[in-house]
Amino acid sequence: MAERRFVTIDGNEATANIAHLCNEVAAIYPITPSSGLGEMPDAWAAAGRKNIFGSVPHVVELQSEAGAAGAVHGALQAGAITTTFTASQGLLLMIPNMFKIAGELTPTVFHVTARTVATHALSIFGDHGDVLACRSTGWAMLASGSIQESQDIALIAQSATLKCRVPFVHFYDGFRISHEVNKVEQLTEDDCRAMIDMDLVSAHRQRAMTPERPVLRGTAQNPDHFFQAREACNPFYAKVPGLVQETMDEFAKLTGREYHLFDYVGAPDADRVIVLMTSGCGVVEETVEKMVAEGERVGLVKVRLYRPFDGKAFIEALPKTVKTIAALDRTKEPGCAAEPLHQDVLTAVTEYCPAGSVPKVVGGRYGLSSKEFTPAMVKPIFDELAKPEPRNHFTVGIIDDVTGTSLPFDESYSTEADDVTRAVFFGLGSDGTVGAVRNTCKIVGENTPKYSQGYFVYDSRKAGSLTVSHLRISPRPIKGSYLVHSANFVACHQSHFPDRLDVLAMAEPGATFLLNSPFGPDEVWDSLPAETQQQIIDKKLKFWVVDAYHVAKEAQMGVRINTVMQTCFFKLSGILPEEEAIAQIKGAIKATYGKRGETVLNRNYAAVDGALGSLKEVRVPGKVTSSKRRVASVPDDAPEFVKEVLGEIIANRGDYIPVSKFPVDGTFPTGTTKYEKRSIAQDIPIWDKDVCIQCGQCSLACPHATIRMKVFDPAHLSGAPESFETADYKTKEYPGWKYRLQVYPDDCTGCGLCVDVCPAKNKQVAGRKAINMEWKLDHLERERQNLAFFETLPYPDRHTVKADTIKGSQLLQPLFEFNGACAGCGETPYVKLITQFVGDRMMIANATGCSSIYGGNLPCTPFTTNAEGYGPTWSNSLFEDAGEFGFGMRLGVDQQIEYATILLQKLASKLGDNLVAQLINNRQETDEEIAKQRAAVAELKKKLQSLDNPDAKALLGSAEYLIRRSIWSFGGDGWAYDIGFGGLDHIFASGRDLNILVLDSEVYSNTGGQASKATPRGAVAKFAAAGKPSRKKDLGMIAMSYGCVYVGQISMGANPMHALRTIRAAEAYRGTSLIIALSHCIGWGIDMATAMQQQKEAVQCGYWPLYHYDPREPKPFSLDSKPPQGAFKDFALKQARFAMLARSKPEQSERLLKLGQEDIDVRWQLYSHLAAMPPGGGSGGGNGVEAAKSEKEVNA
Amino acid sequence: MSADLSTTYLGLKLQNPLVVAACPLTLQIEWLERLEQAGAGAAVIASLFEEQIEHEEAELLAACEYGSEFYAEHSHWYPDPGEYRSGTATYLDHITAAKKAVSMPIIASLNGTSTGGWVKYAKMMQDAGADALELNVYFIAADVDAPAADVEKRYTDLVAAVKQSISIPLAVKVGPYFSSPGNMCLKLAEAGADGLVVFNRFLQPDIDIKSLETSPHLELSAPQEMLLPLRWVAILRGRVSASLAVTGGVHDGAGLAKVLLAGADVAQVASTIYLNGFEHISRMIRDLTAWMLEKEYDSVDQLRGSMSQQNCPQPAAFERGNYMKALTNFTGKPV
Repeated sequence: MAERRFVTIDGNEATANIAHLCNEVAAIYPITPSSGLGEMPDAWAAAGRKNIFGSVPHVVELQSEAGAAGAVHGALQAGAITTTFTASQGLLLMIPNMFKIAGELTPTVFHVTARTVATHALSIFGDHGDVLACRSTGWAMLASGSIQESQDIALIAQSATLKCRVPFVHFYDGFRISHEVNKVEQLTEDDCRAMIDMDLVSAHRQRAMTPERPVLRGTAQNPDHFFQAREACNPFYAKVPGLVQETMDEFAKLTGREYHLFDYVGAPDADRVIVLMTSGCGVVEETVEKMVAEGERVGLVKVRLYRPFDGKAFIEALPKTVKTIAALDRTKEPGCAAEPLHQDVLTAVTEYCPAGSVPKVVGGRYGLSSKEFTPAMVKPIFDELAKPEPRNHFTVGIIDDVTGTSLPFDESYSTEADDVTRAVFFGLGSDGTVGAVRNTCKIVGENTPKYSQGYFVYDSRKAGSLTVSHLRISPRPIKGSYLVHSANFVACHQSHFPDRLDVLAMAEPGATFLLNSPFGPDEVWDSLPAETQQQIIDKKLKFWVVDAYHVAKEAQMGVRINTVMQTCFFKLSGILPEEEAIAQIKGAIKATYGKRGETVLNRNYAAVDGALGSLKEVRVPGKVTSSKRRVASVPDDAPEFVKEVLGEIIANRGDYIPVSKFPVDGTFPTGTTKYEKRSIAQDIPIWDKDVCIQCGQCSLACPHATIRMKVFDPAHLSGAPESFETADYKTKEYPGWKYRLQVYPDDCTGCGLCVDVCPAKNKQVAGRKAINMEWKLDHLERERQNLAFFETLPYPDRHTVKADTIKGSQLLQPLFEFNGACAGCGETPYVKLITQFVGDRMMIANATGCSSIYGGNLPCTPFTTNAEGYGPTWSNSLFEDAGEFGFGMRLGVDQQIEYATILLQKLASKLGDNLVAQLINNRQETDEEIAKQRAAVAELKKKLQSLDNPDAKALLGSAEYLIRRSIWSFGGDGWAYDIGFGGLDHIFASGRDLNILVLDSEVYSNTGGQASKATPRGAVAKFAAAGKPSRKKDLGMIAMSYGCVYVGQISMGANPMHALRTIRAAEAYRGTSLIIALSHCIGWGIDMATAMQQQKEAVQCGYWPLYHYDPREPKPFSLDSKPPQGAFKDFALKQARFAMLARSKPEQSERLLKLGQEDIDVRWQLYSHLAAMPPGGGSGGGNGVEAAKSEKEVNA
Repeated sequence: MSADLSTTYLGLKLQNPLVVAACPLTLQIEWLERLEQAGAGAAVIASLFEEQIEHEEAELLAACEYGSEFYAEHSHWYPDPGEYRSGTATYLDHITAAKKAVSMPIIASLNGTSTGGWVKYAKMMQDAGADALELNVYFIAADVDAPAADVEKRYTDLVAAVKQSISIPLAVKVGPYFSSPGNMCLKLAEAGADGLVVFNRFLQPDIDIKSLETSPHLELSAPQEMLLPLRWVAILRGRVSASLAVTGGVHDGAGLAKVLLAGADVAQVASTIYLNGFEHISRMIRDLTAWMLEKEYDSVDQLRGSMSQQNCPQPAAFERGNYMKALTNFTGKPV
């Protein structure tokens, strides 16, 4: 029998290992934080790893969770042991099949990373809202509360379901358990074999559908018999608790780890008990241990089997002495009598406690969306329970100053022991800090008797993202799953962080502070802001400095300082003797990078050796010497709401914002990214006016709207700073006007796309262009002043701008700015351009994904308004329904237009026929016509206000609908090609005036690189580890098949003019339009600074043909790019997504690239034929508008 | 009647003196087979570039890690590819496969940057089965402060280090841009080179006047380029113990004859195969044979070096005298 070993892994890996071993089929769909649960078995299966049955599990990705659940249902009916992994909305999409699977008494386990269900806002973090929404499905539910438990309970669930024939949800907290790294004893294949009864597996197969023993399931039943038939399953449910306990006992015999339906810990004579489930249990247990040691009579009941809820077992688990119980729910059910666990506990004490000795039960909510839950929050609950009338329906962990539910807590209360290393590491997403801390955890957990715990907090912006890694190292198992709040080691991996962040807030007195800084031990002190200096002095911190970037550069590691900083941590923390630590780090490097080549290994080794030489202690002066102050999170002149809410979130003080400060319905103001000056770029583009040809390419390509052009009458230059250079504007439209290209130095991400696309070269120095990336600090103050003046300059009157040119388009104000997308993002330039054209009258229905994150993830919102206050209004419904959501907006708006028109006609005599005619007949196709309509609506409102008439009042409420709206559905390829395709297809057929923008990055970008049906053949992605075998779906062709949809396939990098004109034509089309926009992505594995060049090559080799299909034209299809030149292979192998396969599976790569070339050739032939077809030649063209009209009539 | 075309190069017995130079034609087994069928005496596999391998390793890792661990929804982008194959492994496999597929000697070629890298990859190539190794020394002394002696020492140190690490024969492909190319060749032979390949045609940067960018540029050789190595082989023959190979400009049977007469053991050819096809190898050998028969040479051994500087009727022709003659014989008129 194989030996069990200790590994340091996260909850998802611990669970996925069991799921892989114990299942034959997994049908999944990626959703955070469960994606890893499916990705690991997929990778293992690709590597040929077998399950305990001796076969390699089939791991398949479906088009949605609903699809995954259907596939699971089918595989189970076919007799395979089958699983899936999901969370949140994904689990909700599985509910219909869950009812079916339970109704058919089919054994299976769904492993769920419990995650918040979107309500007033989406959240990817953890609570029990999703799992508890499935209570009525008839599934058993087993909760685990630690990484060890996630593994153990996973196996218990896999075993028990076969015994019970009832399907199980095994769940644990998303992120807090799914992503926490901790030391566990890993179960072996033999353990799994011992727990899975093969006779029960055979019995499952015997019940499967087979033509050899045909049966029929899924009948339709009637009132006379459905009820009784539904009750027939009762004996099975009655047996579940007993069988689960039996399974737990078998597990205990096998491993020594005991579990019960309800586990009690605490004083045997406790009078106060908290009941809860999952990761909060460890936190309460730590608190109970401390309080009991101090003589308090407190205890904890951990709920393992939540459904079926065995009330009798629950009461038996309680000490007889208990007087008050707090049932804590990690969910909120507005309007309920009590939250779910609270209700269950109430029912249990009522049913099973003898009369007269029924304890008092109160309920409370905690930890929604992974809100911190610490011993400091547990203590006041026990204190509350000691009161004669403890508060009921309380909350803990927040400040509820509206309904007063929250219990106050003392943050300084701690259960941490002195011998535990508690470290926090502030890093950038790109510098490898998280990986280094994860690695440290593994080194300690797997090579020493000590225990380690790692947890990682990420930024909500992707460019220049901040990461905070929390690490504990202890001689004992670490139970409490909560952040480090009092650190004895603080590492700041970026020298500029202290200027904006309070990195030492968590440092305890006497802690070690390690700073990565280009300044040496004698200079670094003066580089710190006064607040940081004061903290170092007050807390008597030991201060060390290392120039990690220099060491990394010397070792040819670029900006990856992870190895350097990790080495310094080991040296300073003294967790291991130095020599042993170095050997362990090098061993870990070999394990991590051994397969990646000797060069990589040697560079890492050099970084380890260099780190020790560069690490120096800083002599801390006795007083503050710096005149520099920490920068405020938002400027003083920001609106109150921005300061009090958004600014506090930016400053990492979001936990302290009280309920009263928040909107009640999730409605937030737009245009707030401009207040958050993150200043993350090292280099920014600097303009050379003498070289600039004023083409606008840089401004067009900028993903973050941080380089803009304006033209203006020189009269506006009065008061300009001396450094505010301008050039004569080189067109006829504005004679005598000046031109200025302005960088937004604190908003720029430094991606370099603008410089790459700049076509103008310096005549004297060919290596320089009209804009050049230069060290920001050399220009920062000057460009700040220039920007302040630039912002005072007006944008030109829209009517006078030639918007159908690149240059003209860039004179329009972008109403989407400073978004949180990755530096160099390929999606956001399209979004920004559309807002320049129609942002002032735009409604956006945004599918969940990258675009909803950079579009709507707090703290700040990038969609903004123009000087008149008009701008895009934006909402996210779900991942799957952005088409229908936008369609619904269209329906609602159209209805209101018709209503307003009826009222206008009714009131014509009072309003004046001319005004009414103007309002009804204005086609609003140009900016000038839109402006006239706005003026007419303003006049209308004025007149209506003077009329005392119910129709006038009604019209006043609907008048603004008379201004033509531009309604858009935005989303990525995961939405359009997969989960939202069915809905989108229906919209295509509708003919309604909806614009659909598909930001096609050819992979699920936001969830981290899973294959979609837009992923090209031969590219490696998750769930396509051996290269995507099938070709990409031709979404445009499907839309064209309706004959009434305007379709455009565009690439800004290859042909920006085509992209611009296609967008304008699609928007102008009064039917459904679909724009498929090639959007390069970090997931392609390319240098993002030159990504537009990749787009160019994509079009050149025919991989991404440009075309448009305009149903209004006699020959609707036009192929707009040149015939393919060059090989697909040459384009593809410059990208890691293709190149990886060429390295790992060269023959497969060769085969798929050849097929990829054939795909290109065949598609080009097809498109060429289509373009050459005579008018009305069967492609639906020529009568598209009529088709659109008739479809609209049908749907209306 | 026939002539004995066999020759010895780097101690390897070749059936004829036509060696396919390092070029992409040698990177596919199918093409190697066709080269052998056409009559090639040996083939040099296109160079493995040390910096390219290192760059690729680092770039691929960076690409795989790019975007990892920076956002809550994705800790990494790609499924673990397991052991992906570096360019080195592919190259070594190719050598092994080539040895299995053809019977002519297979010479591996290495283009390196660091001493450690040269030695490491040289051993790997030997272990993969290469019959010999050709070092393609590509060093541009762009540092104008670097004295010539330092550059030359860099070459000899490198050759010595590689020679010590392998047991198969070692050829060195050098460029012509030394103050004293002949002396440099002697030093290289002293350092351990079993053969000298003259001359390396360096990839030169070009300027694209449309884009105003530099671009690498390599054109196929022209027959007149053969004259430079021809001179130096003639000078070296008899003065250096190492095998001699001429590369650059040998396009036909006559060219082959000329370099052999000057003293080369073999001629390395590539451009002419690109221009005239695989069968041109047969034609060149046929033409060489016909010429030898016409001139009544029995073997390549017999004619090799018979027109070297030491053996030719006008030794000064390979020196400055030839220049004078060319000037005085010039009859062209200015346009």
